[in-house]
Amino acid sequence: MEYFLTEEQKMLRDLARRIAEEKIKPVREHYDETEEFPWPILQELAKADLCGVYIPAEYGGTGGRVFELCLAVEELCKVDGGIALILAATALATFPILLFGNDEQKKKYLPDIAAGKKVAAFALTEAGAGSDASAIQTVAKREGENYILNGTKCFITNGGEAQIYVVIVMTDKTKGSRGASAFIVEKDTSGFSFGKKEKKMGIRSSPTRELIFNECKISKENLLGKEGQGFIIALKTFDASRPGVAAQALGIASGALDDAINYSRERIQFGQPISSFQAIQHLLADMATEVEAARALIYATARMIDKDPKLRVTKEAAMCKLFASDVAMKVTTNAVQVLGGYGYMREYPMEKRMRDAKITQIYEGTNQIMRNEIALALIKEAAKTKK
Amino acid sequence: MGIKILEDKCTGCTLCVKACPFGLIKIVSREEVGKPHPKYKKIAVIGQGCNLCGACLEPCSVQAILIEREEGKPRVDISQYKGVWVFAEQKKDEIQGVVYELLGEGRKLANQLGEKLSCVLLGEGMDEAAKQLIAYGADKVYQIEGSILRNFQDDPYTDVLTDLVEKEKPEIVLMGATAIGRSFASRVAARLGTGLTADCTELAIDLEKRQLLQTRPAFGGNIMATITTPHSRPQMATVRHKVFKKAIRQGSHKGEVVKESVEDKALSLRTKLLTMVEDITQTVKLADADIIVSGGRGLGGPENFHIIEALARTLGGAVGASRAAVDAGWMPYSHQVGQTGRTVCPKIYIACGISGAIQHLVGMQSSEIIVAINKDPNAPIFKVATYGIEGDLFQVVPAITKTLKEVLG
Amino acid sequence: MNFIVCIKQVPGTTEVKINPKTNTLIREGVESIVNPFDTYAIEEGLRLKERMGGKVTVISMGPPQAESALREALSMGCDEAVLLTDPAFAGSDTLATSYTLACGIRKIGEFDLVICGKQAIDGDTAQVGPGIAEKLEIPAVTYVKKIEEINEALVRVERMMEEGYEVIEMGLPALITVVKEINEPRLPSLKGMMRARKAKIQIWNASDIACEKNRIGQPGSPTIVNRIFTPPPRKGGELLLGDPEEQARKLVENLRQAKVI
Repeated sequence: MEYFLTEEQKMLRDLARRIAEEKIKPVREHYDETEEFPWPILQELAKADLCGVYIPAEYGGTGGRVFELCLAVEELCKVDGGIALILAATALATFPILLFGNDEQKKKYLPDIAAGKKVAAFALTEAGAGSDASAIQTVAKREGENYILNGTKCFITNGGEAQIYVVIVMTDKTKGSRGASAFIVEKDTSGFSFGKKEKKMGIRSSPTRELIFNECKISKENLLGKEGQGFIIALKTFDASRPGVAAQALGIASGALDDAINYSRERIQFGQPISSFQAIQHLLADMATEVEAARALIYATARMIDKDPKLRVTKEAAMCKLFASDVAMKVTTNAVQVLGGYGYMREYPMEKRMRDAKITQIYEGTNQIMRNEIALALIKEAAKTKK
Repeated sequence: MGIKILEDKCTGCTLCVKACPFGLIKIVSREEVGKPHPKYKKIAVIGQGCNLCGACLEPCSVQAILIEREEGKPRVDISQYKGVWVFAEQKKDEIQGVVYELLGEGRKLANQLGEKLSCVLLGEGMDEAAKQLIAYGADKVYQIEGSILRNFQDDPYTDVLTDLVEKEKPEIVLMGATAIGRSFASRVAARLGTGLTADCTELAIDLEKRQLLQTRPAFGGNIMATITTPHSRPQMATVRHKVFKKAIRQGSHKGEVVKESVEDKALSLRTKLLTMVEDITQTVKLADADIIVSGGRGLGGPENFHIIEALARTLGGAVGASRAAVDAGWMPYSHQVGQTGRTVCPKIYIACGISGAIQHLVGMQSSEIIVAINKDPNAPIFKVATYGIEGDLFQVVPAITKTLKEVLG
Repeated sequence: MNFIVCIKQVPGTTEVKINPKTNTLIREGVESIVNPFDTYAIEEGLRLKERMGGKVTVISMGPPQAESALREALSMGCDEAVLLTDPAFAGSDTLATSYTLACGIRKIGEFDLVICGKQAIDGDTAQVGPGIAEKLEIPAVTYVKKIEEINEALVRVERMMEEGYEVIEMGLPALITVVKEINEPRLPSLKGMMRARKAKIQIWNASDIACEKNRIGQPGSPTIVNRIFTPPPRKGGELLLGDPEEQARKLVENLRQAKVI
């Protein structure tokens, strides 16, 4: 479908595609096997100025916003859904700084992120606080000019490799959901260490680790926004970052679809390419329609967010994350089916896509929470309009 | 001057559109461009940027395309230029193989023109070499001696050859299209302001016009072009090794050696040759090889190249590689065959696990016999292969090596 | 230091095929690309600039659409671009092209090193590089696979030969043609592409570059194309069937009969 991208958006998309094809494709299997952090790919993205696609030019970025981030993530994920997280997960942690950081904080952290010199990670989840984010137990106690952090975060993407961490912790347990705050914590801060690296089903090149805070002292300069704004910051961040997760899912699904179509044309069975069988054709038709619908929803949502930052976008952001991730799981499963035995073999890049797709239904808010949010938003809107 | 579509002939059939390598031809409605015709509704229009390559002329079934060439005035008095010259490239005092092939072809051209065949030999201590050249058919050898000429260097060699050409006025100068020859010939031709055609695969004489017809491949070998140098002399051409047959040695052949010494300081030298380093990894040089066994993506990894090397060794041939194998780091670039690697023309080219992308084909499609081994029956390489083997190269290649060992003993 | 890189826009040969019925060239949506060897020249120019400081100017002679090739070079990081374009340049052979480019380079001004790709994949002659050096009256080394040393006065390079390489030193200004082995060209950066889009390319025609009319284009080309024809297509041959041992046997049999082994 023609989305009438601007010249600059087309350039960005084509460049991301080239990097994906020329730099990521040859090594994706390697990183999936070894689970190493793909630093060389980060360098390629940095050289191409892609690390800053969503960061304003005054901080070293290329001045794009959510739409541009989605374009880049989609293209990279067509080739590999995990390696792209070095960009996408960093963006998740950068949005809090972009949206709520003061001038000093922006000047201190954004340029290095835009230049690909530093990677960032967003830390909210804890062992006892997944979907129930308000149950977080990590605390930050004010002591003079500093805060002391204590607690443990788990399942943190880019954990251990990132140099910059945006952490949501409780500063006042008595205030409930208004008692959390967001802080920027740098790696190598005394009292800040990492737990073991998790072994995952998919996105294996992306490191997932525990963050351990033990009397970790940070300056009050590291507070993002005001005390008590923690969950607001988190929610506003998700509004901007969920289209990114959706783009990840879209890319994975799109790549799977293209490979499935190509394979079906080459694979001969019963004297014909399997693409001539209606069973396959109908599968492909459904897959393609769903992928295109996901794309259209994501692009529309991203454009909406970028055009008017004051608009409420929680419902739309949740919708595109929900829809795209469900599509990705379905499409990759069917794509494996189209490839038959070859789809199951690790020698071929298809099974990895199915493994990678699953996480998109889980993180940055499970799809069940997405449905909650959408329903809540629907009801609120209806209540407003009903007289 | 330029290219013209003959309005009364063009039928608007589109054959020329597909033939233009630069995509400059469009078919438009005759009405739109004000060129009506009683029978045809459409006409071809050639866009800006046409460089008169002429690829559209042949496909046009009604000869509706005309290229008009501006008749340049002769720069020199052509009638004064006589004789066929061959530059006798020597390396480490040894005459290079291609020179003997040029002597073979040069002899034919000289005979047709009724002129002498001469060699130009630059170096130090070249007496024996000069005699060799005579034995291989040279009627005359200009032997220029000087310590500065011992090894090829752009400046002194260009000075010597251009001075000699201006003095002796040959009508044709042939050189081997070697690493030296190609850049040397360009410099000489540029200094003399004359025409040079590189990598000729065919040379012939048009006796009526007394011109050298220089035929060479273009667009990666998909097209052949015949070039002439009507108004400049000498007509220069370079030819690759193994394109022509070697001349036959006749010890009894007589010829004249004109020996001349030249002082170092009489010649310019702006470059300093510091060292020469030999590459010992190539046991048989790709450029010279009569038999090449090449490996491609199908090999799967560097560790599997040994089966290619084993077959090459048994045949006494060289090892080649496709770009895919070189880019993956399985083989060094010096072994790459193809558009951005080497062009080869051996007697036998055995392509193992190579799909035959056009960029590879242009580097080897003029091999005498091409053998393709690939598990994909639709691989494009089978279209150019003399013998195609559809199968698993990991089984076929060792089987061939084994059979050869039995047969050759 | 001032570096000048010469590039050419050529048809991408991936899609160039021969029509078996009419025996003519078919171009199926051929895109124009920067001549692959020239991307190595651009990369080397950029690396030298990063090493020594200075400027990289990229120049090309071609039709107006060659502008896109120059923009690609700019997006990789070149500082300025010049397009020599004029109907009077049409029909140039390598001599006329070398002359025209040399005139263009002279107009650009002072330079330290001219960098060209080894050859263009459409013409395949490898003649223009040395031709430019001759017209500019500067020394040249072709097939450079590595620049060992460069400073304000001289450059020392490794020149690829059939059986190894030579180490050659020459004073500047000079010209080199480069081979693939010399580097790995970078991808353009987004900022580079945005800059390139807005950049102003200098467009010069014949009267802008102080050249003699009888030395450019057709009048300036001693060689002319007399005839173009497609070679008889190489026909696919025999498919050897059987299990690997049988196939091997049949092949060796055939090669023996053909007397090549």
